[in-house]
Amino acid sequence: MSVPAGWEPVIGLEIHVQLKTRTKMFCRCENVWGEPENTRTCPVCLAHPGVLPVPNGRAIEWAVKLGLALGCRIADRALFHRKNYFYPDLPKGYQISQYDSPLCEGGRVVVPLADRDLEVGIVRAHLEEDAAKTIHVGGATGRIHGADTSLVDFNRGGTPLVEIVTEPDVRSAEDARAFLQHLRQLVVELGISDAEMEKGSLRCDANVSVRRVGETGLRTKTELKNMNSFGFVARGIEAELARQVALYESGGQVVPETLHFDPQTGSISSLRSKEEAHDYRYFPEPDLVAVEPPGELVEQLRLELPESLAGRKKRLIADYQLPYPIADQLNSSAAMVELFERFTSLGVTNSVSANVVTNQVLAAGVDPAAILPNADEVKRVIEARDSIPRTAFEAAIAASGEPGFDASRYLAEAAVSDADELGPVVDAVIAAHPKEVETFRSGKEGLLGFFVGQVMKQTGGKANAKVVSELVRERLRG
Amino acid sequence: MSIGRDDVLHIARLARLSIPDGEVDAVAAQLGAILDAVGKVAELDLEGVEPTSHPLDLVNVWADDEPRPSLSREDALRNAPDPHEGAFRVPAAG
Amino acid sequence: MIDTLRLTAEDALGLLERGEVSGAELMDAYRAAIDARDGEVGAYLRLAEAESGPAGVPIAIKDCITTRGVETTAASRILAGYVPVFDATVTARCRDAGLALIGKTNMDEFAMGSSTENSAYQLTRNPWDPARVPGGSSGGSAAAVAGGLAPWALGSDTGGSIKQPAALCGIVGLRPTYGTVSRYGVIAFASSLDQVGPMTKTVRDCALLYRILAGRDPLDSTTVELPSPVELPTATDLRGVRVGVPRELNEAEGIEPGVRDAVQAAIRLAESLGAEVGETSLPRSVEYGLPCYYLIAPAEASSNLARYDGVRYGFRADADDLTALYERTRWEGFGAEPKRRIMLGTYALSAGYYDAYYGQAQMVRTIIREEHAAAFERFDVLLSPTSPTVAFRLGEKAENPLAMYLSDVLTIPSCMAGLPGLNIPCGLSQGLPVGLQLVGPQFSENTLFRVGHALEQAIGFDVVPPRLGGAA
Ligand SMILES: [Mg+2]
Ligand SMILES: [Zn+2]
Repeated sequence: MSVPAGWEPVIGLEIHVQLKTRTKMFCRCENVWGEPENTRTCPVCLAHPGVLPVPNGRAIEWAVKLGLALGCRIADRALFHRKNYFYPDLPKGYQISQYDSPLCEGGRVVVPLADRDLEVGIVRAHLEEDAAKTIHVGGATGRIHGADTSLVDFNRGGTPLVEIVTEPDVRSAEDARAFLQHLRQLVVELGISDAEMEKGSLRCDANVSVRRVGETGLRTKTELKNMNSFGFVARGIEAELARQVALYESGGQVVPETLHFDPQTGSISSLRSKEEAHDYRYFPEPDLVAVEPPGELVEQLRLELPESLAGRKKRLIADYQLPYPIADQLNSSAAMVELFERFTSLGVTNSVSANVVTNQVLAAGVDPAAILPNADEVKRVIEARDSIPRTAFEAAIAASGEPGFDASRYLAEAAVSDADELGPVVDAVIAAHPKEVETFRSGKEGLLGFFVGQVMKQTGGKANAKVVSELVRERLRG
Repeated sequence: MSIGRDDVLHIARLARLSIPDGEVDAVAAQLGAILDAVGKVAELDLEGVEPTSHPLDLVNVWADDEPRPSLSREDALRNAPDPHEGAFRVPAAG
Repeated sequence: MIDTLRLTAEDALGLLERGEVSGAELMDAYRAAIDARDGEVGAYLRLAEAESGPAGVPIAIKDCITTRGVETTAASRILAGYVPVFDATVTARCRDAGLALIGKTNMDEFAMGSSTENSAYQLTRNPWDPARVPGGSSGGSAAAVAGGLAPWALGSDTGGSIKQPAALCGIVGLRPTYGTVSRYGVIAFASSLDQVGPMTKTVRDCALLYRILAGRDPLDSTTVELPSPVELPTATDLRGVRVGVPRELNEAEGIEPGVRDAVQAAIRLAESLGAEVGETSLPRSVEYGLPCYYLIAPAEASSNLARYDGVRYGFRADADDLTALYERTRWEGFGAEPKRRIMLGTYALSAGYYDAYYGQAQMVRTIIREEHAAAFERFDVLLSPTSPTVAFRLGEKAENPLAMYLSDVLTIPSCMAGLPGLNIPCGLSQGLPVGLQLVGPQFSENTLFRVGHALEQAIGFDVVPPRLGGAA
């Protein structure tokens, strides 16, 4: 689905990433998820009278690191500001955030897609503190407006957040999703966030507008709030784009408002019932001093940055001649890429290596990073994979992450390759599946795997798959 | 500097103060008088002067990311006007 | 028999060290004095339970400073019943130094005021004349020390709240260099201005207490270590000290003739003690200091006081929806002056006015700093009256906020620049104490102590009010 011809979506994203530092942004309460309510609080994060914030040095360092990975300039001098508004999840009555002097500004992110590069400008990335968690209870619907009371849990209050604001460079809901997934992987690989949308450690708002193709100005935008999965982000934006186009086409106007997407019904509703004056009265936080990231620190962090995701994907395609979908899949984890490259360096062919990593290893649920120390042994298994039973190969992969993994045990199990022994089993399988035989003969040769699989099942996985598939082909063609 | 009723109501709303209708005019007059007295700051030509948000020229003060003990839940809720099931209870947003 | 009216903290320390009295006996003496006189003075909002804790020299603490387990309200109804689960850093430092908490002293609500009449709870009377105010906002601490109800006390100062009540009560008060004393646990009024400081009978006591309080606190990002240790002053001469007399601070409109005379006498005395005295000027600091202060302090206050919302602690009004809960709690919980300043500050920060008000005021602050820096190229210390008037009558300015604001016109400029200032009593006018203000560059407390001590010795002011048996 996309917008009707003649219309162009204009989308900017605002993404909040929770940092997985050990402690909160401005106090030293543990930053943990899932503890009993109000057991990770202190006078500071409860905003008791007289308390003061002390910034988390690691959070500042990680925000700089992320800024560098987003291609941003790191400010010479950054300030914290107070953003003033009242809500029970905001104990001080203001959020400490950054306003006109953020830590990181002016970046650019490239996301290689199958057919083109998606490029998204980064306006800024700044540090702030998360709000507490409010649970609405007592109402009939459980939604904010139906509740009688709310319960506030301050455990999450004060968690470090990096807010990333993109330029309005995104032109489709799918691109928004691709960018967000790219960003998620980036922060996960930097080791600074779990970035799980379902847990709220990655959150995305979208500023959405449409315009006629060819128009250069921007029309009124709306803000879609807090879509808590990649799928909802794409569907929410789709729905809002459709709503705006329909409005314009029926002679209506889009009004600036904050919207909520309901994934259950696919509908969009205005979040604020009353038109609330937004006046956050930002001013420099007088309880904190300026941050002037030392040049040596910034340079050191720049050197420590891992290879860019885009660069890595392009290298997989160019250097290993991998098809885009396989390169894309491999690139979804740094450990998979590393394991793939280790196998190829040990002489496994590019395609076999990619196949083993993206299929067998993934299916066995083994952490690729755990296999790395055993790569030499695993390579022996891969080389023998046609001459040992399927079960032995799978068992070997399943065990390949264990310390001191030894291939010999698995290699000792030779597969049954004797055509005389396998022939009757193949015949029996063919006889038992006349329908499939007919389909195969009508040209659906993909069914070969089905017959091989049946034979494997009959032989308890001990048959040599290569020999079996030759036998099946022979008999069905003959 | 004159401050009108609407200004006072707007400010009171932002500051979450339920000013009674009968007091709006008096507050408007008082704030107006104070702003008259302090308003000359607004008229100064301060082209090129750097703002002082802080009397000290300190930068880069932060703490190590080392956890310290939190309060017990009992202490966290000790002063709460309406503690409920380990949390702070408030009426829902209207 | 311990004479609490005359006993200095230094003397009390000596008595304890020599084993001539016990901590309990000292505490009993102050409690007896409080029983006898605090009914009239009203310095204390509440007394600490005597039981545990250190048994050293007793101390009174202003009620905007948190004390673990002892109710702390900043004299506001909105914090009625609030019992902190933590100590302010200054409270902890006092405890660690062995000082025993007598009780919490009255103040203007959230330190907003210059007479202590803005307390939500009670009036405090000046021990020199119970018909008069003790000054404010640290009026309870000042009256406690002047009335012999505490050997020393902690006050807090935003635009003059230590120096001005010290002046009006005839005691010594130091507003330290911004950043030398932790603000952690000090209920915030205006964060870029608030400082805690000692209120004492003598300059040496002041130095002793400052030594306990000062230094970097990891819980307050805006604190620094002192560049050099605090020295107890001993010199009685002022040879080599360059004393500047800022024209505008000494000739400001509203300075009472009796105040001017006493201050001029003190300046001549400084000269006779060997100081080099010269005139200087702080034109824009004095003209724009007060207006600038009344934009910056309320702006910061409007944000600092947003946390009093009835959710986590303190007073909560009855309401069945959230907005009503906030609006009623805050309207009923705050007194008139905090509400006035919250509204003023909200206005100064709001869209369309920020640049003209808060933004401009921040730049004026730079000018004030620069003017003072220029003066300190030629002088070590600047002298002037602390308050334009002696203690005024209760109720005299209560209905006129602008007149009340003018009480701080002479103390505000140096506060805006983050500079230390010391008040010492320098004589009487109409039978009431006159305060001399000594202002120095950042971290010049040792100089202020030295000059203050020498002048104090030469002036020979009796800190005991005549009606309580003093010589004056
Ligand atoms: Mg944000
Ligand atoms: Zn905390």
